[in-house]
Amino acid sequence: MCLKFLKSSVGRKYLMAVTGVFLLGFVVAHMLGNLQIFLGPEALNSYAEHLQNLPALLWPARAVLLGAFILHVGVSISLAIENRRARSIPYACGATVEASYASRTMVMSGLIILAFLIYHLLNFTFGVTHPRFFHLVDAKGRHDVYSMVILSFRELPVSGAYVAAMGLLCLHLSHGISGLFQSLGLAGAMPALKRAGAVIALVIFAGNSSIPLAVWLGWLKAVGGGSVE
Amino acid sequence: MNLKLRIWRQKNSGAKGYFQKVDAKGISPDMSFLEMLDVVNEELLAKGEEPVIFDHDCREGICGACSLVINGVAHGPERGTTTCQLHMRHFKDGQIIVIEPWRASAFPVLKDLAVDRGAFDRIIQAGGFVSVGAGGAPDGNAIPVSKNSAELAMDAAACIGCGACVAACKNASAMLFVAAKVSHLAALPQGQVERAARVERMVAQMDQEGFGNCTNQFECQAVCPKEIGVWFIAKMNKEYLKAKICQ
Repeated sequence: MCLKFLKSSVGRKYLMAVTGVFLLGFVVAHMLGNLQIFLGPEALNSYAEHLQNLPALLWPARAVLLGAFILHVGVSISLAIENRRARSIPYACGATVEASYASRTMVMSGLIILAFLIYHLLNFTFGVTHPRFFHLVDAKGRHDVYSMVILSFRELPVSGAYVAAMGLLCLHLSHGISGLFQSLGLAGAMPALKRAGAVIALVIFAGNSSIPLAVWLGWLKAVGGGSVE
Repeated sequence: MNLKLRIWRQKNSGAKGYFQKVDAKGISPDMSFLEMLDVVNEELLAKGEEPVIFDHDCREGICGACSLVINGVAHGPERGTTTCQLHMRHFKDGQIIVIEPWRASAFPVLKDLAVDRGAFDRIIQAGGFVSVGAGGAPDGNAIPVSKNSAELAMDAAACIGCGACVAACKNASAMLFVAAKVSHLAALPQGQVERAARVERMVAQMDQEGFGNCTNQFECQAVCPKEIGVWFIAKMNKEYLKAKICQ
């Protein structure tokens, strides 16, 4: 019965919305954690160490997120395939009256964000793309996240890619957040929710992009000049 | 007015379609879009050609028979208007007008601009009704209906089942139609007995017919000639969840 619900068109709307809420929650928490970089190396590195020292919290959270992520991507792909099939012959002269640009590019923005996420994990979580910044240790012997982030973002292509990806995430969320209220059956006042979606998305864009921007502008500097060469 | 029409022609469901260029001459701006097509058809007939097939019935904007995607917009450029109530004064002299049928796999083209909307009938058969004991006509006001419920039900019942929502949806989803029908009966006391089963069956039938999935883009409400709001879809989502939980 439950499976039948989740397979239906309406059930999958709920799935997309609920998994989206989990992912949005993560994006917000991740941003708040990262913004501690403005408090200095001590705050960020000790925060990172605390997280690593809480495996009982970290791993279940990672498992839930991974599950939500796989479902969100998998269901959206199944929906996109069905949607394409539902109009086998497209309009020769198609027009758009109300659908926003963000809503029409959800699959594309989502797939690019997925590609970015893989790069992001390889960069900062697995240390594959920039290994020389990954194994830094601060004065207290902790993983020096602060220097790692700043030294990575000093490279223009890297920080540029991050800001561009945040732009896409902002686009994706602006439609996703307003849409999830509708999908969950909570849409009472659509215009207000639409604005709320755009505002939250912009706040996330500004918050996340502020870090590479601050590195560019020289507001955030690596400890001791930050040279590793 | 003179217009340059590009009309979709297709012999039958299996045939390959094409756009036919037709010049409509001497059209009065006071004609409806369908009357303009009537004139075009008279001329085609006079030339010994096959007339353009399109659906129409009441021509008063209340039956839901007419369709047509006009320059990419279902029922044409005027909001809250069916094609039969769309007047030629909304077009410019010499304008190119592209006329296509509803495009959805669940609405196969029968001929030219006429599509088979039987999928909607099957969705209604699946649950869009109330079962009542047969017999004499019930007394008026025997079942009290609150004003709010009556208004809500009427707003949803305004749906004429034309299928413009499907035609306009980027995913050819039928959610606005199904939501209107589900919400209409769920708002009334007569609809309570079958309320849960209704939404389940209608959604199941909708999925089975091969309509797409709603992605909250709201093209449907923009073209709906009866201006049915997408909040009915939110209501249906809730109805569906409630039905599944209570099961």
